[in-house]
Amino acid sequence: MSTFQLEIQLVAAVVAAACALPGTFLVLRRMAMMSDAISHAILPGIVVGFFLTGNLSSPLLILGGATAGLLTVVLVEWIRKTNRVREDAAIGLVFSSLFAVGVILIARFARDIHLDTDAVLLGELAFVPFNRLILAGRDLGPQALYATGVVGILSLGFILLFYKELKLATFDSALCATLGFLPGILHYTLMGLISMTAVAAFDAVGSILVVALMVGPPVSAYLITNRFGYMILYSVALAMTASIAGYWIAHLLDASIAGCMAVMVGVQFSVLFCTAPEQGVLAAWKRRRHQKWQFAIKMLVIHLLQHEATPEADRECRMDHLQDHMAWEEAFAEGVVSRAVSQNLLHTVGEYLELTAAGRELAREAIIHT
Amino acid sequence: MEQLLNDYTLRTVTLGTAILGAVSGALGTFAVLRRQSLLGDAISHAALPGIGLAFILTGSKASLVLMVGAGLAGWFATAIVLLITAGTRVKYDSALGLVLSVFFGAGLVVLTYVQRYPNANQAGLDSFLFGQAASLVVADVITMTILGGVALAALLLFWKEFKLLAFDPEFAHSLVLPVRRLDIGLTTLLVVAIVIGLQTVGVVLMSAMIIAPAAAARQWTDHLGIMTLVSMVTGALCGVGGALLSTSISNLPTGPTIVVCATGFVVISMLFAPRRGIIWQRIRRTVQNRELRSESVLLDLFELARTHDDLTYPHMEPALRVIHPQRGTLYRQLRRLQGKGLVQMHQNGAWALTPDGVRVCDQLRKERIG
Repeated sequence: MSTFQLEIQLVAAVVAAACALPGTFLVLRRMAMMSDAISHAILPGIVVGFFLTGNLSSPLLILGGATAGLLTVVLVEWIRKTNRVREDAAIGLVFSSLFAVGVILIARFARDIHLDTDAVLLGELAFVPFNRLILAGRDLGPQALYATGVVGILSLGFILLFYKELKLATFDSALCATLGFLPGILHYTLMGLISMTAVAAFDAVGSILVVALMVGPPVSAYLITNRFGYMILYSVALAMTASIAGYWIAHLLDASIAGCMAVMVGVQFSVLFCTAPEQGVLAAWKRRRHQKWQFAIKMLVIHLLQHEATPEADRECRMDHLQDHMAWEEAFAEGVVSRAVSQNLLHTVGEYLELTAAGRELAREAIIHT
Repeated sequence: MEQLLNDYTLRTVTLGTAILGAVSGALGTFAVLRRQSLLGDAISHAALPGIGLAFILTGSKASLVLMVGAGLAGWFATAIVLLITAGTRVKYDSALGLVLSVFFGAGLVVLTYVQRYPNANQAGLDSFLFGQAASLVVADVITMTILGGVALAALLLFWKEFKLLAFDPEFAHSLVLPVRRLDIGLTTLLVVAIVIGLQTVGVVLMSAMIIAPAAAARQWTDHLGIMTLVSMVTGALCGVGGALLSTSISNLPTGPTIVVCATGFVVISMLFAPRRGIIWQRIRRTVQNRELRSESVLLDLFELARTHDDLTYPHMEPALRVIHPQRGTLYRQLRRLQGKGLVQMHQNGAWALTPDGVRVCDQLRKERIG
């Protein structure tokens, strides 16, 4: 593995972590689509920043982009407050018009610079190592590494410092406001961080991968944990794995790196969607099947308890009677009885079904509880 | 205008943009009302791999083939969003963000393969990213017209059902309408509307064509039929306006120009539309406030006069000022009332109700006290 490859992977991992950190909050606050909006809307900010400085690697561009991102948040909020247009429509309107303005600005005034719209949307990770940070004649590594690293550390610091407050604001914004924690300011700081992350990352991975990394890993993590802290940790880990795996698959297939990373985010989600211990589709299916049998067993023991030691017990407590009385298929009835026997709730004497002490206990409990 | 009639390309492009504006305006009405504005964004991004795959599988660049591919991918993405939100606790917005970015990433991967095709005509696929209205030919416009016509006809055919679905799905369900199938049908029509516009406006900005005309039309009416018509006309006007503007000004890309036009319509509608417009409402509120203030001065004069036998008994201004401390306001209101002939000033500067004023006061008191 060359240093070149190593550097690309390092940048990819840092970008992934920097995106997943604030992304967790977006997912929990049901604002995932704001990542899409912000990552598109930074375009005019970057273009204006470029017009002002004439330099594509100036930190002012990050500031310009972040301002445009915050402007999106403010505009959406303002439009929503007028009650003329709903929030989802407001998001769609604001970011697409800002993006359109950005594209027009580039097309009219900046035709011949590297800042073409494809680059913004798609990014090109393979070019990242060519753009180096050189201080006092010394090569310090790829510029993108520092830009995203600084933003990532800012996010991390903010989250560590205001962990409690952010948690409160995310899960109970009203209580947060009552306790005097200013959820509004937290919200805008978070949105500012997300804008800065989007700007720092767009150059390397493009705005769509920013969305994939901000939304995908936190959503996957949301499937495997119920704890806030773990969700942040898992999403960072998942994002970093997806980005490195995506890099190698792109290498293997000789395809777009950003594209492969986004696909890996999707693969991660699909796997967890099926196999997550509680939230997964398989787990849900197993749970439902288990419940079906357990319910049938309960019905059976209640039925047996009702007729036990009564004159009609001979007729009622028989295997072949279950098909009539419970309207169970023969195979299903056999399944229920054999499961009940193996759980030691009843035993069979030929066709006759007899409750055990444990079976009687379960039946009584079930009657009381229903 | 002369140019429009003579220039063949311009005529084709303008016709195409008008059709796409009208169709997306009509279907957008339902998307916006059903809070699915951002679904349009997801569908248009998700269409990218479909376009690439359609080209790889058929080797054809005919717009119908690519549109079918795009439509299938968009439709598939919608189905996955539904699957995720129904099967897990993941929220709608997160599911949208995830599906949008992963599909788009997959699209990038597919496009890297397309670029390697020796076929010289693959370059046109890039135009789907940002749209290239200039690449529209008559065959494209015919395809757009047929697909759009079918979509609009279907909308008209199931108008009553879709209307019910948009406003009260529970009621529709209670009428034993196939709500689920109608939902799928309407979403399919939305997919068709989006697919029609992709080549012209591009995947990123297509969502604006769904949202903006509908959001603008919403401000002018509370009637679904009228809203749909206004939205169609707005969409078509934006299309034509954008196409004409971008031809008359150099380096002005068509797609973004159409979107900026559409946003302009939204802003104007939000500000100036009768009844719902922000400025309209400001004016109405100011008028109402003034009316209330002068009514209260009139009623106060009445209360003062009631302590005497004569209801037109005059009072000096200082007596009124006890109740209305702001001198300027009081004086203005008295003058206004005088102008209406409800009060009059006596020679000594005292103010009194006229018989007309007494009658109005009686009326007002009846209205307020009942």
